[in-house]
Amino acid sequence: MTPTKETLTTETVMIEIRNAEKTFTMHLQGGVRLPVVRGVSFEVRAGECVVLSGPSGAGKSSILKMIFGNYRCDGGVIAVRHEKAMLDVATAEPRQILSVRRSSIGYVSQFLRAVPRVPTIDVVAEPLVATGTSPETAHAQAGILLRRLNIPERLWALPPSTFSGGEQQRVNIARGFISNLPVLLLDEPTASLDAANREVVVDLIAEKKRAGVAMVAIVHDDEIRRQIADRVVDVMTFAAAA
Amino acid sequence: MADAHAAHTDQPLLVADGLGKTYGRLTACEDISFVLHPGEVLAVVGESGSGKSTLLQLLATQLAPTAGRVSYRMRDGFLRDLASLGEAERRFLFRTDWGFVHQDPAQGLRMAVSAGANVGERLMAVGWNHYGRIRQTATSWLERVEIDVDRIDDAPRTYSGGMRQRLQIARNLVTEPRLVFMDEPTGGLDVSVQARLLDLVRGLVSELGLAAIVVTHDLAVARLLSHRIMVMKAGRVIETGLTDQVLDDPHEPYTQLLVSSILPA
Repeated sequence: MTPTKETLTTETVMIEIRNAEKTFTMHLQGGVRLPVVRGVSFEVRAGECVVLSGPSGAGKSSILKMIFGNYRCDGGVIAVRHEKAMLDVATAEPRQILSVRRSSIGYVSQFLRAVPRVPTIDVVAEPLVATGTSPETAHAQAGILLRRLNIPERLWALPPSTFSGGEQQRVNIARGFISNLPVLLLDEPTASLDAANREVVVDLIAEKKRAGVAMVAIVHDDEIRRQIADRVVDVMTFAAAA
Repeated sequence: MADAHAAHTDQPLLVADGLGKTYGRLTACEDISFVLHPGEVLAVVGESGSGKSTLLQLLATQLAPTAGRVSYRMRDGFLRDLASLGEAERRFLFRTDWGFVHQDPAQGLRMAVSAGANVGERLMAVGWNHYGRIRQTATSWLERVEIDVDRIDDAPRTYSGGMRQRLQIARNLVTEPRLVFMDEPTGGLDVSVQARLLDLVRGLVSELGLAAIVVTHDLAVARLLSHRIMVMKAGRVIETGLTDQVLDDPHEPYTQLLVSSILPA
Protein backbone atom coordinates (compact mmCIF):
# COMPACT_ATOMS: atom_id res chain seq x y z
CA MET A 1 0.00 0.00 0.00
CA THR A 2 1.59 3.25 -1.09
CA PRO A 3 -0.61 6.20 -0.15
CA THR A 4 -0.28 8.95 -2.71
CA LYS A 5 1.90 11.45 -0.96
CA GLU A 6 0.28 14.81 -0.55
CA THR A 7 2.35 17.83 -1.49
CA LEU A 8 2.64 19.88 1.66
CA THR A 9 4.08 23.36 1.64
CA THR A 10 4.99 25.48 4.62
CA GLU A 11 1.63 27.16 4.04
CA THR A 12 -0.35 23.97 4.65
CA VAL A 13 -2.16 24.13 7.98
CA MET A 14 -1.89 20.73 9.64
CA ILE A 15 -3.57 21.51 12.96
CA GLU A 16 -6.09 24.25 13.55
CA ILE A 17 -7.50 24.65 17.04
CA ARG A 18 -10.31 27.11 17.74
CA ASN A 19 -11.69 27.79 21.22
CA ALA A 20 -11.05 24.31 22.50
CA GLU A 21 -11.80 23.77 26.15
CA LYS A 22 -11.52 21.11 28.78
CA THR A 23 -12.93 20.72 32.27
CA PHE A 24 -12.61 17.67 34.48
CA THR A 25 -15.57 16.79 36.67
CA MET A 26 -14.49 14.65 39.59
CA HIS A 27 -17.59 12.71 40.59
CA LEU A 28 -15.79 10.87 43.35
CA GLN A 29 -14.85 14.18 44.97
CA GLY A 30 -18.40 15.45 45.24
CA GLY A 31 -18.59 16.59 41.63
CA VAL A 32 -15.77 19.14 41.88
CA ARG A 33 -15.20 20.80 38.52
CA LEU A 34 -11.61 21.46 37.52
CA PRO A 35 -11.41 23.80 34.55
CA VAL A 36 -8.14 23.12 32.73
CA VAL A 37 -8.08 25.23 29.58
CA ARG A 38 -10.50 27.46 27.71
CA GLY A 39 -10.31 29.35 24.43
CA VAL A 40 -7.36 27.31 23.15
CA SER A 41 -6.66 28.64 19.66
CA PHE A 42 -3.56 28.19 17.56
CA GLU A 43 -2.47 26.53 14.36
CA VAL A 44 0.52 24.54 13.22
CA ARG A 45 1.79 24.41 9.65
CA ALA A 46 3.76 21.74 7.85
CA GLY A 47 7.46 21.75 8.78
CA GLU A 48 6.90 23.84 11.88
CA CYS A 49 7.52 23.03 15.54
CA VAL A 50 5.29 24.85 18.02
CA VAL A 51 6.37 24.59 21.64
CA LEU A 52 3.75 24.94 24.37
CA SER A 53 5.07 26.85 27.35
CA GLY A 54 3.70 27.47 30.81
CA PRO A 55 4.15 26.23 34.34
CA SER A 56 3.37 22.71 35.42
CA GLY A 57 -0.38 22.23 35.70
CA ALA A 58 -1.20 24.89 33.09
CA GLY A 59 -2.69 22.26 30.78
CA LYS A 60 0.09 21.65 28.26
CA SER A 61 -0.20 17.87 28.34
CA SER A 62 -3.99 18.09 28.33
CA ILE A 63 -3.84 20.04 25.07
CA LEU A 64 -1.56 17.42 23.47
CA LYS A 65 -3.90 14.66 24.66
CA MET A 66 -6.91 16.48 23.25
CA ILE A 67 -5.23 16.76 19.85
CA PHE A 68 -4.47 13.03 19.97
CA GLY A 69 -8.07 12.25 20.93
CA ASN A 70 -6.98 10.74 24.23
CA TYR A 71 -8.83 13.38 26.27
CA ARG A 72 -12.27 14.44 25.17
CA CYS A 73 -12.78 18.05 24.27
CA ASP A 74 -15.75 19.85 25.87
CA GLY A 75 -16.08 22.59 23.28
CA GLY A 76 -14.47 24.17 20.24
CA VAL A 77 -12.78 22.60 17.25
CA ILE A 78 -9.56 20.61 16.90
CA ALA A 79 -9.12 20.17 13.17
CA VAL A 80 -6.30 17.94 11.99
CA ARG A 81 -5.22 17.32 8.42
CA HIS A 82 -6.13 13.73 7.66
CA GLU A 83 -6.41 12.07 4.27
CA LYS A 84 -6.17 15.42 2.47
CA ALA A 85 -8.99 17.07 4.44
CA MET A 86 -9.46 18.61 7.87
CA LEU A 87 -11.09 16.32 10.44
CA ASP A 88 -12.42 17.63 13.75
CA VAL A 89 -10.96 15.32 16.37
CA ALA A 90 -13.25 16.85 19.00
CA THR A 91 -16.31 15.34 17.36
CA ALA A 92 -14.81 12.41 15.42
CA GLU A 93 -15.99 8.82 15.80
CA PRO A 94 -13.61 6.40 17.56
CA ARG A 95 -12.86 4.70 14.22
CA GLN A 96 -11.90 8.01 12.68
CA ILE A 97 -9.57 8.80 15.57
CA LEU A 98 -7.93 5.39 15.20
CA SER A 99 -7.48 6.09 11.51
CA VAL A 100 -5.93 9.49 12.32
CA ARG A 101 -3.49 7.79 14.69
CA ARG A 102 -2.62 5.19 12.08
CA SER A 103 -1.84 7.56 9.27
CA SER A 104 -1.66 11.16 10.48
CA ILE A 105 -0.69 11.80 14.12
CA GLY A 106 2.00 10.24 16.26
CA TYR A 107 2.47 10.77 19.99
CA VAL A 108 5.87 10.50 21.60
CA SER A 109 5.85 10.49 25.37
CA GLN A 110 8.64 9.73 27.78
CA PHE A 111 6.96 6.55 28.86
CA LEU A 112 6.99 3.35 26.92
CA ARG A 113 3.86 1.30 27.34
CA ALA A 114 5.62 -1.99 27.85
CA VAL A 115 4.54 -4.69 25.44
CA PRO A 116 5.57 -7.90 27.16
CA ARG A 117 7.74 -10.33 25.22
CA VAL A 118 8.09 -8.29 22.01
CA PRO A 119 11.73 -7.71 20.97
CA THR A 120 12.90 -4.09 20.95
CA ILE A 121 13.59 -4.07 17.23
CA ASP A 122 9.98 -5.11 16.56
CA VAL A 123 8.61 -2.56 19.01
CA VAL A 124 10.42 0.16 17.08
CA ALA A 125 9.64 -1.20 13.60
CA GLU A 126 5.94 -1.82 14.31
CA PRO A 127 4.50 1.60 13.28
CA LEU A 128 6.13 1.21 9.84
CA VAL A 129 5.06 -2.41 9.40
CA ALA A 130 1.52 -1.46 10.43
CA THR A 131 1.32 1.03 7.56
CA GLY A 132 2.58 -1.38 4.95
CA THR A 133 6.38 -1.11 4.93
CA SER A 134 8.09 -4.48 4.44
CA PRO A 135 9.47 -5.96 7.67
CA GLU A 136 13.02 -5.95 6.23
CA THR A 137 12.97 -2.24 5.42
CA ALA A 138 11.27 -1.43 8.71
CA HIS A 139 13.85 -3.41 10.68
CA ALA A 140 16.70 -1.72 8.84
CA GLN A 141 15.33 1.71 9.70
CA ALA A 142 14.64 0.67 13.29
CA GLY A 143 18.27 -0.43 13.56
CA ILE A 144 19.53 2.93 12.26
CA LEU A 145 17.45 4.82 14.82
CA LEU A 146 18.37 2.55 17.72
CA ARG A 147 22.05 2.92 16.85
CA ARG A 148 21.73 6.70 16.69
CA LEU A 149 20.04 6.68 20.08
CA ASN A 150 22.88 4.59 21.50
CA ILE A 151 20.94 1.39 22.19
CA PRO A 152 23.58 -1.35 21.73
CA GLU A 153 22.76 -3.96 19.11
CA ARG A 154 23.01 -6.83 21.61
CA LEU A 155 19.83 -5.49 23.27
CA TRP A 156 17.69 -5.31 20.12
CA ALA A 157 16.39 -8.87 20.38
CA LEU A 158 15.30 -8.38 24.01
CA PRO A 159 11.96 -6.93 25.10
CA PRO A 160 12.42 -3.35 26.34
CA SER A 161 10.52 -4.14 29.54
CA THR A 162 13.83 -5.43 30.92
CA PHE A 163 15.68 -2.16 30.15
CA SER A 164 16.54 0.80 32.36
CA GLY A 165 14.18 3.79 32.37
CA GLY A 166 16.46 5.84 30.13
CA GLU A 167 16.86 3.02 27.61
CA GLN A 168 13.09 2.49 27.49
CA GLN A 169 12.62 6.19 26.84
CA ARG A 170 15.04 6.07 23.92
CA VAL A 171 13.31 2.99 22.50
CA ASN A 172 10.07 4.95 22.70
CA ILE A 173 11.63 7.90 20.90
CA ALA A 174 12.90 5.59 18.15
CA ARG A 175 9.38 4.15 17.83
CA GLY A 176 7.87 7.63 17.72
CA PHE A 177 10.27 9.02 15.12
CA ILE A 178 10.38 6.03 12.78
CA SER A 179 6.95 6.74 11.31
CA ASN A 180 6.24 8.85 8.26
CA LEU A 181 3.31 10.55 9.97
CA PRO A 182 2.79 14.20 8.99
CA VAL A 183 2.00 15.36 12.55
CA LEU A 184 3.96 14.53 15.72
CA LEU A 185 3.09 15.43 19.29
CA LEU A 186 6.14 15.44 21.57
CA ASP A 187 5.54 15.25 25.32
CA GLU A 188 8.91 16.00 26.95
CA PRO A 189 10.87 13.73 24.63
CA THR A 190 14.23 14.84 26.07
CA ALA A 191 13.37 14.70 29.77
CA SER A 192 16.03 12.81 31.72
CA LEU A 193 18.19 12.09 28.66
CA ASP A 194 21.92 12.75 28.80
CA ALA A 195 23.45 15.52 26.70
CA ALA A 196 24.52 13.24 23.83
CA ASN A 197 21.07 11.70 23.43
CA ARG A 198 19.34 15.08 23.82
CA GLU A 199 21.42 16.22 20.87
CA VAL A 200 20.26 13.21 18.83
CA VAL A 201 16.62 14.09 19.54
CA VAL A 202 17.20 17.71 18.50
CA ASP A 203 18.68 16.42 15.22
CA LEU A 204 15.73 14.08 14.69
CA ILE A 205 13.31 16.97 15.18
CA ALA A 206 15.25 19.08 12.66
CA GLU A 207 15.08 16.23 10.13
CA LYS A 208 11.32 15.93 10.65
CA LYS A 209 10.95 19.66 10.00
CA ARG A 210 12.82 19.35 6.75
CA ALA A 211 10.48 16.50 5.81
CA GLY A 212 7.52 18.84 6.35
CA VAL A 213 6.27 17.29 9.58
CA ALA A 214 4.21 19.56 11.83
CA MET A 215 5.05 19.20 15.52
CA VAL A 216 3.66 20.36 18.83
CA ALA A 217 6.10 19.90 21.69
CA ILE A 218 6.38 20.27 25.43
CA VAL A 219 9.96 20.72 26.63
CA HIS A 220 11.13 22.10 29.93
CA ASP A 221 14.77 22.60 29.01
CA ASP A 222 15.25 26.23 27.81
CA GLU A 223 18.21 25.32 25.64
CA ILE A 224 16.27 22.59 23.80
CA ARG A 225 13.30 24.89 23.38
CA ARG A 226 15.57 27.51 21.80
CA GLN A 227 16.92 24.91 19.39
CA ILE A 228 13.62 23.37 18.24
CA ALA A 229 10.90 26.03 18.58
CA ASP A 230 9.75 27.95 15.53
CA ARG A 231 7.05 29.50 17.68
CA VAL A 232 6.13 29.39 21.35
CA VAL A 233 2.49 29.33 22.44
CA ASP A 234 1.95 30.44 26.04
CA VAL A 235 -0.65 28.13 27.55
CA MET A 236 -1.28 30.61 30.39
CA THR A 237 -3.34 32.67 27.95
CA PHE A 238 -5.78 29.74 27.89
CA ALA A 239 -5.96 29.51 31.68
CA ALA A 240 -9.44 28.50 32.70
CA ALA A 241 -9.07 28.66 36.47
CA ALA A 242 -12.32 29.86 37.96
CA MET B 1 -3.11 -4.79 4.63
CA ALA B 2 -5.03 -5.50 1.45
CA ASP B 3 -7.05 -2.68 -0.01
CA ALA B 4 -9.94 -5.03 -0.72
CA HIS B 5 -10.13 -5.65 2.99
CA ALA B 6 -10.09 -1.93 3.80
CA ALA B 7 -12.91 -1.28 1.34
CA HIS B 8 -15.23 -3.53 3.31
CA THR B 9 -14.48 -2.06 6.69
CA ASP B 10 -16.84 0.86 6.02
CA GLN B 11 -19.77 -1.53 6.21
CA PRO B 12 -20.72 -2.74 9.65
CA LEU B 13 -20.25 -6.42 10.43
CA LEU B 14 -22.69 -6.56 13.30
CA VAL B 15 -25.44 -4.17 14.34
CA ALA B 16 -27.23 -4.31 17.70
CA ASP B 17 -30.41 -2.29 17.74
CA GLY B 18 -32.37 -1.61 20.93
CA LEU B 19 -31.48 -4.97 22.45
CA GLY B 20 -33.15 -5.89 25.69
CA LYS B 21 -33.68 -8.95 27.85
CA THR B 22 -36.00 -9.26 30.80
CA TYR B 23 -36.69 -12.19 33.07
CA GLY B 24 -40.14 -11.45 34.46
CA ARG B 25 -39.69 -8.19 36.30
CA LEU B 26 -35.91 -8.42 36.26
CA THR B 27 -34.14 -6.45 33.54
CA ALA B 28 -30.84 -8.00 32.49
CA CYS B 29 -30.18 -5.74 29.48
CA GLU B 30 -31.98 -2.66 28.28
CA ASP B 31 -31.92 -0.65 25.06
CA ILE B 32 -28.44 -1.55 23.84
CA SER B 33 -27.45 -0.33 20.40
CA PHE B 34 -24.05 -0.29 18.73
CA VAL B 35 -22.28 -1.05 15.49
CA LEU B 36 -19.19 -3.24 15.10
CA HIS B 37 -16.99 -3.01 12.01
CA PRO B 38 -14.70 -5.69 10.58
CA GLY B 39 -11.41 -5.81 12.44
CA GLU B 40 -12.75 -3.86 15.40
CA VAL B 41 -12.29 -5.10 18.96
CA LEU B 42 -14.96 -3.97 21.39
CA ALA B 43 -14.62 -4.52 25.13
CA VAL B 44 -17.72 -4.70 27.29
CA VAL B 45 -16.82 -3.92 30.90
CA GLY B 46 -18.75 -3.74 34.14
CA GLU B 47 -19.05 -5.59 37.41
CA SER B 48 -20.82 -8.92 37.86
CA GLY B 49 -24.53 -8.52 37.41
CA SER B 50 -24.15 -5.54 35.05
CA GLY B 51 -25.61 -7.57 32.20
CA LYS B 52 -22.45 -7.91 30.14
CA SER B 53 -22.54 -11.69 29.87
CA THR B 54 -26.24 -11.64 29.02
CA LEU B 55 -25.44 -9.14 26.27
CA LEU B 56 -22.79 -11.45 24.86
CA GLN B 57 -25.27 -14.32 24.79
CA LEU B 58 -27.86 -12.15 23.04
CA LEU B 59 -25.32 -11.12 20.41
CA ALA B 60 -24.20 -14.69 19.82
CA THR B 61 -27.82 -15.92 19.58
CA GLN B 62 -27.40 -18.10 22.67
CA LEU B 63 -30.34 -16.23 24.14
CA ALA B 64 -33.36 -14.69 22.44
CA PRO B 65 -33.86 -10.99 23.16
CA THR B 66 -37.17 -9.71 24.54
CA ALA B 67 -36.65 -6.46 22.59
CA GLY B 68 -34.60 -5.28 19.66
CA ARG B 69 -32.52 -7.21 17.17
CA VAL B 70 -29.02 -8.21 16.13
CA SER B 71 -28.04 -8.12 12.47
CA TYR B 72 -24.90 -9.65 10.96
CA ARG B 73 -23.29 -9.24 7.56
CA MET B 74 -23.11 -12.71 6.07
CA ARG B 75 -20.27 -13.73 3.76
CA ASP B 76 -22.49 -12.91 0.77
CA GLY B 77 -22.36 -9.24 1.86
CA PHE B 78 -25.95 -8.97 3.06
CA LEU B 79 -26.90 -7.80 6.53
CA ARG B 80 -29.35 -10.29 8.02
CA ASP B 81 -31.48 -10.21 11.15
CA LEU B 82 -30.11 -13.13 13.16
CA ALA B 83 -33.56 -14.01 14.46
CA SER B 84 -34.62 -14.72 10.88
CA LEU B 85 -31.90 -17.32 10.30
CA GLY B 86 -32.82 -20.97 10.18
CA GLU B 87 -31.17 -23.41 12.54
CA ALA B 88 -28.86 -24.71 9.79
CA GLU B 89 -27.70 -21.22 8.88
CA ARG B 90 -27.05 -20.38 12.50
CA ARG B 91 -25.03 -23.55 12.99
CA PHE B 92 -23.06 -22.74 9.88
CA LEU B 93 -22.19 -19.31 11.32
CA PHE B 94 -20.99 -20.92 14.51
CA ARG B 95 -18.85 -23.41 12.69
CA THR B 96 -17.20 -21.04 10.28
CA ASP B 97 -17.66 -17.34 10.71
CA TRP B 98 -17.80 -17.08 14.49
CA GLY B 99 -15.72 -18.19 17.38
CA PHE B 100 -16.73 -18.27 21.03
CA VAL B 101 -14.02 -18.35 23.69
CA HIS B 102 -15.44 -19.28 27.07
CA GLN B 103 -13.92 -18.31 30.39
CA ASP B 104 -13.79 -21.98 31.33
CA PRO B 105 -11.98 -23.86 28.53
CA ALA B 106 -13.84 -27.04 29.52
CA GLN B 107 -16.99 -25.42 28.09
CA GLY B 108 -15.37 -24.76 24.73
CA LEU B 109 -13.28 -27.90 24.37
CA ARG B 110 -13.93 -31.60 24.34
CA MET B 111 -11.84 -32.56 27.31
CA ALA B 112 -11.53 -36.28 26.60
CA VAL B 113 -10.34 -36.18 22.98
CA SER B 114 -6.88 -35.17 21.83
CA ALA B 115 -5.78 -31.59 21.29
CA GLY B 116 -5.29 -32.33 17.59
CA ALA B 117 -8.84 -33.64 17.33
CA ASN B 118 -10.19 -30.59 19.16
CA VAL B 119 -8.72 -28.35 16.47
CA GLY B 120 -9.34 -30.75 13.58
CA GLU B 121 -12.99 -31.22 14.47
CA ARG B 122 -13.82 -27.64 13.51
CA LEU B 123 -12.18 -28.20 10.13
CA MET B 124 -14.09 -31.42 9.53
CA ALA B 125 -17.30 -29.58 10.39
CA VAL B 126 -16.69 -27.29 7.45
CA GLY B 127 -16.00 -30.17 5.09
CA TRP B 128 -12.29 -30.89 5.36
CA ASN B 129 -11.74 -34.60 4.93
CA HIS B 130 -8.06 -35.09 4.14
CA TYR B 131 -6.54 -36.46 7.34
CA GLY B 132 -2.99 -35.35 6.51
CA ARG B 133 -4.01 -31.78 5.80
CA ILE B 134 -6.18 -31.58 8.90
CA ARG B 135 -3.33 -32.87 11.03
CA GLN B 136 -0.88 -30.47 9.43
CA THR B 137 -3.18 -27.47 9.96
CA ALA B 138 -3.87 -28.51 13.56
CA THR B 139 -0.12 -28.80 14.15
CA SER B 140 0.59 -25.37 12.77
CA TRP B 141 -2.18 -23.89 14.94
CA LEU B 142 -0.80 -25.52 18.07
CA GLU B 143 2.53 -23.92 17.21
CA ARG B 144 0.87 -20.55 16.73
CA VAL B 145 -0.68 -20.70 20.18
CA GLU B 146 2.64 -21.92 21.60
CA ILE B 147 1.62 -25.44 22.53
CA ASP B 148 4.40 -27.99 22.28
CA VAL B 149 3.55 -30.11 19.24
CA ASP B 150 4.60 -33.23 21.17
CA ARG B 151 1.39 -32.78 23.14
CA ILE B 152 -0.89 -32.96 20.07
CA ASP B 153 -2.19 -36.43 20.92
CA ASP B 154 -2.83 -35.67 24.59
CA ALA B 155 -6.30 -34.74 25.79
CA PRO B 156 -6.72 -31.21 27.16
CA ARG B 157 -7.66 -32.58 30.57
CA THR B 158 -3.93 -33.27 30.95
CA TYR B 159 -3.14 -29.62 30.10
CA SER B 160 -2.57 -26.68 32.44
CA GLY B 161 -5.19 -23.90 32.58
CA GLY B 162 -3.16 -21.61 30.33
CA MET B 163 -2.57 -24.34 27.74
CA ARG B 164 -6.26 -25.23 27.71
CA GLN B 165 -7.18 -21.62 27.07
CA ARG B 166 -4.65 -21.40 24.24
CA LEU B 167 -6.02 -24.62 22.77
CA GLN B 168 -9.56 -23.22 22.93
CA ILE B 169 -8.34 -20.20 21.00
CA ALA B 170 -6.69 -22.39 18.35
CA ARG B 171 -9.91 -24.41 18.02
CA ASN B 172 -11.87 -21.22 17.48
CA LEU B 173 -9.53 -19.55 15.04
CA VAL B 174 -8.67 -22.49 12.81
CA THR B 175 -11.68 -21.86 10.54
CA GLU B 176 -10.63 -18.22 10.12
CA PRO B 177 -13.76 -16.67 11.62
CA ARG B 178 -14.55 -13.01 11.09
CA LEU B 179 -15.97 -12.46 14.56
CA VAL B 180 -14.94 -13.91 17.90
CA PHE B 181 -16.91 -13.57 21.13
CA MET B 182 -14.81 -13.82 24.28
CA ASP B 183 -16.23 -14.15 27.76
CA GLU B 184 -13.60 -13.24 30.38
CA PRO B 185 -10.90 -15.01 28.34
CA THR B 186 -8.24 -14.59 31.04
CA GLY B 187 -10.61 -14.89 33.98
CA GLY B 188 -9.51 -18.22 35.39
CA LEU B 189 -5.78 -17.83 34.86
CA ASP B 190 -2.81 -16.87 37.03
CA VAL B 191 -1.58 -13.33 36.48
CA SER B 192 1.67 -14.46 34.83
CA VAL B 193 -0.24 -16.74 32.46
CA GLN B 194 -2.75 -13.97 31.69
CA ALA B 195 -0.09 -11.64 30.29
CA ARG B 196 1.17 -14.28 27.87
CA LEU B 197 -2.34 -15.15 26.72
CA LEU B 198 -3.32 -11.51 26.20
CA ASP B 199 -0.20 -10.92 24.21
CA LEU B 200 -0.98 -13.94 22.04
CA VAL B 201 -4.62 -12.94 21.50
CA ARG B 202 -3.61 -9.39 20.67
CA GLY B 203 -1.16 -10.58 18.04
CA LEU B 204 -3.60 -13.03 16.45
CA VAL B 205 -6.47 -10.55 16.38
CA SER B 206 -4.42 -7.94 14.54
CA GLU B 207 -2.70 -10.46 12.26
CA LEU B 208 -6.00 -12.04 11.18
CA GLY B 209 -7.96 -8.77 11.14
CA LEU B 210 -10.58 -10.30 13.41
CA ALA B 211 -13.48 -8.43 14.89
CA ALA B 212 -14.03 -9.34 18.51
CA ILE B 213 -16.40 -8.62 21.36
CA VAL B 214 -14.64 -9.19 24.65
CA VAL B 215 -16.55 -9.24 27.92
CA THR B 216 -14.30 -8.57 30.88
CA HIS B 217 -14.39 -7.05 34.32
CA ASP B 218 -10.65 -6.37 34.02
CA LEU B 219 -9.89 -2.91 32.65
CA ALA B 220 -6.30 -3.90 31.92
CA VAL B 221 -7.57 -6.59 29.54
CA ALA B 222 -9.81 -4.02 27.87
CA ARG B 223 -6.92 -1.58 27.50
CA LEU B 224 -4.61 -4.15 26.00
CA LEU B 225 -7.04 -5.79 23.59
CA SER B 226 -9.75 -3.37 22.55
CA HIS B 227 -10.16 -0.36 20.31
CA ARG B 228 -13.47 0.66 21.81
CA ILE B 229 -15.12 0.12 25.13
CA MET B 230 -18.69 0.02 26.46
CA VAL B 231 -19.23 0.40 30.19
CA MET B 232 -22.32 -1.35 31.52
CA LYS B 233 -24.17 -0.86 34.75
CA ALA B 234 -27.50 -2.36 35.79
CA GLY B 235 -28.19 -3.66 32.28
CA ARG B 236 -27.52 -0.38 30.47
CA VAL B 237 -24.59 1.06 28.57
CA ILE B 238 -23.61 4.14 30.55
CA GLU B 239 -20.48 5.24 28.72
CA THR B 240 -18.84 4.34 25.44
CA GLY B 241 -15.91 5.52 23.34
CA LEU B 242 -12.34 4.94 22.29
CA THR B 243 -10.75 2.67 24.90
CA ASP B 244 -7.91 4.94 26.00
CA GLN B 245 -10.25 7.93 26.03
CA VAL B 246 -12.79 6.29 28.33
CA LEU B 247 -10.08 4.91 30.62
CA ASP B 248 -7.92 8.07 30.74
CA ASP B 249 -10.75 10.59 30.75
CA PRO B 250 -13.82 8.84 32.17
CA HIS B 251 -16.93 11.02 32.42
CA GLU B 252 -19.56 9.00 34.24
CA PRO B 253 -19.38 8.64 38.02
CA TYR B 254 -19.46 4.85 37.78
CA THR B 255 -16.68 4.73 35.16
CA GLN B 256 -14.56 7.04 37.32
CA LEU B 257 -15.12 4.68 40.21
CA LEU B 258 -14.08 1.66 38.12
CA VAL B 259 -10.95 3.39 36.80
CA SER B 260 -9.95 4.72 40.22
CA SER B 261 -10.32 1.26 41.72
CA ILE B 262 -7.38 -0.12 39.73
CA LEU B 263 -4.37 -0.68 41.91
CA PRO B 264 -1.37 1.23 40.60
CA ALA B 265 1.13 -1.01 38.81
